[in-house]
Amino acid sequence: MFTRHERLKSAYDVVIIGAGGHGLAAAYYLARDHGMTDVAVLDQSYIGGGNTGRNTTIIRSNYLTPDGVKFYDESVRLWRDLSQDFDLNLFYSTRGHFTLAHTDSAMRTMRWRAEVNKHFGVQSEAVDAKTVAEAIPMMDLSCGGHGPPVLGALYHAPGAIARHDAVAWGYGRGADRRGVEIHQETQLLGVELEDHGSGPAVVGVRTNRGRIATRKLLCAVAGSTPGVLAMVGLRSPIHIHPLQAMVSEPLKPWLDPIIVSGSLHIYVSQSARGELVMGASLDPYELHSTRSTLDFAESLSAHLLELFPFLSDVRIVRQWAGMADMTPDFAPIMGKTPVQGFYLDSGWGTWGFKATPVCGKTMSYTVANDQDHPLIRGFAFDRFAHYALTGEKGAASVGH
Amino acid sequence: MNRLAARPGEWIDRSQRIAFSFEGHAHHGYQGDTLTSALIASGVRTLGRSFKYHRPRGALSVANHDANAIVQIRRAGRSIPNQRADLLPIAEGLEAFAVNTQGGLARDRRRHLDRLSAYLPVGFYYKAFHSKRLFPYWERLFRNLTGLGAVDLDAPRVVTPKRHEFADVAVIGAGPAGLAAAVAAADAGAEVVLVDENPRIGGSATYALASETASAQRVADLIGSVTSHPRIRRFVTTVATGLYADHLLALVTQDRLLKLRAGSVIIAQGAFEQPAVFRNNDLPGVMLASGAQRLMHRYAVAPASRVGILGANVHAYRAALDARAAGIEVSVLLDLRERPGPQSLPLAETLRAQGVRVLNGTGVYAAHRGGSGDIDSIELAEWREGAWRRSSANAIAVDGLWMSVGFAPADALLRQAGAVVQYDARACQFVPGVLPPGLFACGKVNGVFDLDARVADGQRAGTAAALHCGFESRSCFGVGAPDQETATHPYPIVEHPEGMNFVDFDEDLQLKDFANAVQEGFDNAELLKRFTTVGMGLSQGKHSNANALRVLAQLRGMPLDSIAQTTARPMFQSVPMSHLAGRGFSPERRTPVDADHESLGAVWMPAGNWRRPAYYRRDRLTREESIAAEVRALRGGIGLIDVGTLGKIEAHGSQAGEFLDRVYTGHFGSLKVGMTRYGLMLDESGVIVDDGVIARLAPEVFYFTTTTGNSAALFRELVRLATWWRMPVSLVNLTGHFAAFNLAGPRSREALARLTSLALDDAAFPYLGVREAKIANVPARLLRVGFVGELGYEIHVPSGSAAEVWNAIRTAGADFGITLIGVEAQRMLRLEKAHIIVGQDTDGLTNPFEIGADWAVKMDKPFFIGQRSLAIIAKNAPRQQLVGFALEPGRYAGIRECHLVIRDGDIAGRVTSVGQSPTLGRTIGLALVTPAAARDATLSIRIDGGAQVAAPIVPLPFYDPAGARQRIDSGGARS
Ligand SMILES: Cc1cc2nc3c(=O)[nH]c(=O)nc-3n(C[C@H](O)[C@H](O)[C@H](O)COP(=O)(O)OP(=O)(O)OC[C@H]3O[C@@H](n4cnc5c(N)ncnc54)[C@H](O)[C@@H]3O)c2cc1C
Repeated sequence: MFTRHERLKSAYDVVIIGAGGHGLAAAYYLARDHGMTDVAVLDQSYIGGGNTGRNTTIIRSNYLTPDGVKFYDESVRLWRDLSQDFDLNLFYSTRGHFTLAHTDSAMRTMRWRAEVNKHFGVQSEAVDAKTVAEAIPMMDLSCGGHGPPVLGALYHAPGAIARHDAVAWGYGRGADRRGVEIHQETQLLGVELEDHGSGPAVVGVRTNRGRIATRKLLCAVAGSTPGVLAMVGLRSPIHIHPLQAMVSEPLKPWLDPIIVSGSLHIYVSQSARGELVMGASLDPYELHSTRSTLDFAESLSAHLLELFPFLSDVRIVRQWAGMADMTPDFAPIMGKTPVQGFYLDSGWGTWGFKATPVCGKTMSYTVANDQDHPLIRGFAFDRFAHYALTGEKGAASVGH
Repeated sequence: MNRLAARPGEWIDRSQRIAFSFEGHAHHGYQGDTLTSALIASGVRTLGRSFKYHRPRGALSVANHDANAIVQIRRAGRSIPNQRADLLPIAEGLEAFAVNTQGGLARDRRRHLDRLSAYLPVGFYYKAFHSKRLFPYWERLFRNLTGLGAVDLDAPRVVTPKRHEFADVAVIGAGPAGLAAAVAAADAGAEVVLVDENPRIGGSATYALASETASAQRVADLIGSVTSHPRIRRFVTTVATGLYADHLLALVTQDRLLKLRAGSVIIAQGAFEQPAVFRNNDLPGVMLASGAQRLMHRYAVAPASRVGILGANVHAYRAALDARAAGIEVSVLLDLRERPGPQSLPLAETLRAQGVRVLNGTGVYAAHRGGSGDIDSIELAEWREGAWRRSSANAIAVDGLWMSVGFAPADALLRQAGAVVQYDARACQFVPGVLPPGLFACGKVNGVFDLDARVADGQRAGTAAALHCGFESRSCFGVGAPDQETATHPYPIVEHPEGMNFVDFDEDLQLKDFANAVQEGFDNAELLKRFTTVGMGLSQGKHSNANALRVLAQLRGMPLDSIAQTTARPMFQSVPMSHLAGRGFSPERRTPVDADHESLGAVWMPAGNWRRPAYYRRDRLTREESIAAEVRALRGGIGLIDVGTLGKIEAHGSQAGEFLDRVYTGHFGSLKVGMTRYGLMLDESGVIVDDGVIARLAPEVFYFTTTTGNSAALFRELVRLATWWRMPVSLVNLTGHFAAFNLAGPRSREALARLTSLALDDAAFPYLGVREAKIANVPARLLRVGFVGELGYEIHVPSGSAAEVWNAIRTAGADFGITLIGVEAQRMLRLEKAHIIVGQDTDGLTNPFEIGADWAVKMDKPFFIGQRSLAIIAKNAPRQQLVGFALEPGRYAGIRECHLVIRDGDIAGRVTSVGQSPTLGRTIGLALVTPAAARDATLSIRIDGGAQVAAPIVPLPFYDPAGARQRIDSGGARS
């Protein structure tokens, strides 16, 4: 699937840092749509080894802001054809997505999201408890009498899951076949900038395998973003918080839709292999580490059993964590930056997997044309300075 | 039928016969048997079907992680999936079924997948069935094929309490090294907890040293010292499944999770014996020698009657001697090594003297299955020209094959905790390099296999671990001699053109799958794992990862020490969710008069952790009518609202005013004693996060309220800020200590006058004043506030006296028709006054300017949270604005909260609050809209179904714009 390149060239038209889904997708579309193949993708570790390979793969477009909805809707459209584009089965499985509401105010938010979604032609509906009960008859809407019962939900029919690694491989293979070089175990150590009066501009990068000259550098490193920004002298409001997940043993299929409860801070879906893939909200503290905690497995289990008491005997096999790059408004930071030739695709926090295709599309356009793609204008780096935020908190927190 | 005569130290109790069934057939075993041991004793060797090809599989390790012997059981009316047969104790009436079959284990309709295996290469799922149209059908099929056991949707919630434990030194693994470590640490003075997954301590010494009398005695002595030691507690049948930060161990027993916090931790978990790879190495009857030894010594079960042994170390010879002692014929012992080591040689002589064929430099080329499906013979391989090749020797008939070719360290917990391991070419295994502070390892984990050396290594680790906790040992221990023989073969892997040489039994991965994966570029351990799924099955790679790394190194032509291992993560062994969940804790808070509400017809709604009356049921009235009646009663006379769920905080100290100046947007340092003021709290980006009323009770004492949902988090944040700013402010959370009632309505003063001697006239107790006085003889705090827009008093009293005061108010108000008011009516009352609810009329980005609260923001202060942001925001054009709209009287258009405002086809905002005002007789509402929409005369609101309603914008508030009613006789502007 991939070619192993023993040597780095001394210069590339474009260097992409991060061989996660985002970096590889950008490389793929640069080569496919913009004819730019003199591209190197560098990763300090291995393909898909960052958040791409750790995420719980929920794909949906039921966001809250017009910018968000349009952007993610375009992504869902791309996702649907990706397996065929790649000639690789991504296990893209449309399951339907329920965001449960346990309070009045949550019901209000669901209605808000549904209204905004429908405005943009995205299938979302605020439904009542009865509809939820019919769709997921085995769920205990009373939550075992602990805490507020389920009053209704936002139902989003296009909600889907996919095989995360395959996404990275598909983009990686597609890029590789078109001449892009993927260099694993190659770490970015520094960025060389020059300033000829019009502000700093990228001229090259330093890696553990040597220097590379380039004038276009795309940074798609998720949890490592603050470190790379420091290399180019930029500051952002991104904070890194651990986000954890866990998985059960395989079970025969019993759960089709994806279930999210903001009040209980949990979500769950059943993978094609039969495992229950589960997660919760962010760890509340800033930490640059991927170590798991017992607390997480305990509280997630406790909350999950309130909805699904019959899972008591089901066993958890594995838990893990990723480093989520969080922004204050829960929307990403994308596009050009004050450093000429330095393009950023970051701030993907807990929700960036679903955006992989559309990020690839829009970032490749932005890099190729040195101009922000229209779909990402709401996500500009400088919006924080201007307080022109894109508030996705209500739709992005636990739901991913 | 395969049960051996009683043997010393066996784990079964022959006096207790237990009947159970497997696949619908009746069997019996003894107390102490596992399902695996009892079935093999009854002559059943096929215990399950493999994951992908549905090949029949038997016991492999009998070491608590046989991933091919997984059963669904029925017990106490419940059906439980995915139980491990080698762990599961049999119980009277237990019914067990193999999980991965269709139509039963013997006749599994999917067994033919085996023959299709050539068409199912690794990763084939990725390469097939991805047509958009057909994928859903194929996916369903695939999901049914995989998935192991089924959940019983009617099973009840199992509640298992947890336990917290503490120890100076925790020793994980009670084999010789762990035993020695525990004694050494305890002798030094440490309190020790010794954990082992088995019901008895002794570890491998309970089965592997039967032929070594002297060694066995040594271990028995160690066990004696541990058992009698006052400072050692033994936790048996307990699995250490996770080692988290700060030495927190997750220990799992049959019925609960133990959370053990230890000063230092010693990992002495030994090693997992590893299979050899050759064609058909998965046939029932082929197992690890240690598995066979466990069956013989613990359960007195003979897993074969005529066995071949494939070895590469002294353990193979010991297993052969054990077999002979148990009356099992040993057809042949094949030693992969051309030159057996010094420990093996004398044993080889003994065996030869007993007539056993012992062949050096020989392996197994393939195993063959007989009519029953089990192994019936082996073809030999010999080492020629640098490779294993098929031998011309005749196949040898056997009904069992035991493998003892090497071990992999049980170092998962060490690696979870951040230990770095490196490949030790002498021991042919990974051993820990640098260990994090307080973490120690000993025994086979360190590549030490000889008994004396293991004991010495344990003593060293025990002494060091005790020292780490401050216990100095008076004993001095020497270092053990190095092992005389290596226990592990560097490459026990034999190729075969027809494959079926399994590297991972859980996931059905053959040798060629690895070659294919590496060929495709998945050529590092992590990618290989993810592409092939090696190590991702139920046993989490305990008997596949070691060989997978060897194969990878071989394929890439690299030494093993340059191959990075995959990351180790909890769980070491899977844990039922009920154990992790424990009892769960979801408190529901109730105000002191909760029971009264209930008896007075309250219909409840949740409010944060509390429950509050939404409204009170009234005869023959609907919900809406009941709420309207409450609204009218308050506006017309007097109403009583239980507002005890509000957060209530006291701030004390000379800088309390300055502190509040920093956290709220208004001026509080200058607030007069005896007065209150509305406060808005922002986050650093200038977004509204809370509001409340701040009262100054004394020069250095403030008392203030927060919203119900935020109170706990907000208190924590304020304490954090006070600490961070180093301000001498004491904060006291009084939320639960005080009850609070809002007595409001034009006649509230008259009713209140009956309960207090406090002067209530406007001069003595003006609007926005606060007073401390006795109400019904109870000391109370009275805040004259106007959230609902009438003359009103918030009465705060200690919770213990709340019921008295509540009753007194109700009695005093009876003459005036006092009415209880629920949350819904309160929401309407405040809507009529256009008082906002934070979180409903604001969103995650709303700043004070957008809701017209400029008056509450004092930009001239030196600092408050969010001030800097507001200064920038103030220069921008506003993003949105809060406006009011009202429909013509009597018109009901179906507008709901969060319906969108549409302008020129675009979203221009949303309705944040809406309702039918009983007071005004019309639909009124608030909307956050774009400035352009706010300048229009009407809003266009899109309702359910898509129609748009024209709603005229009206000035705010809707009701009593001059505020005359809450002030009664004093005019004046809002402060
Ligand atoms: C537990 C968890 C669950 C999640 N669930 C979901 C979900 O359900 N739905 C959803 O949409 N999103 C989810 N996410 C978020 C999603 O995973 C991420 O937003 C997304 O995968 C980010 O992709 P990426 O390609 O930008 O980053 P990554 O996949 O993290 O790739 C970044 C790469 O950069 C490399 N790198 C970093 N620093 C350097 C350097 N100096 N030099 C070279 N290389 C470097 C890293 O090795 C890494 O491979 C989840 C995240 C986590 C952690």
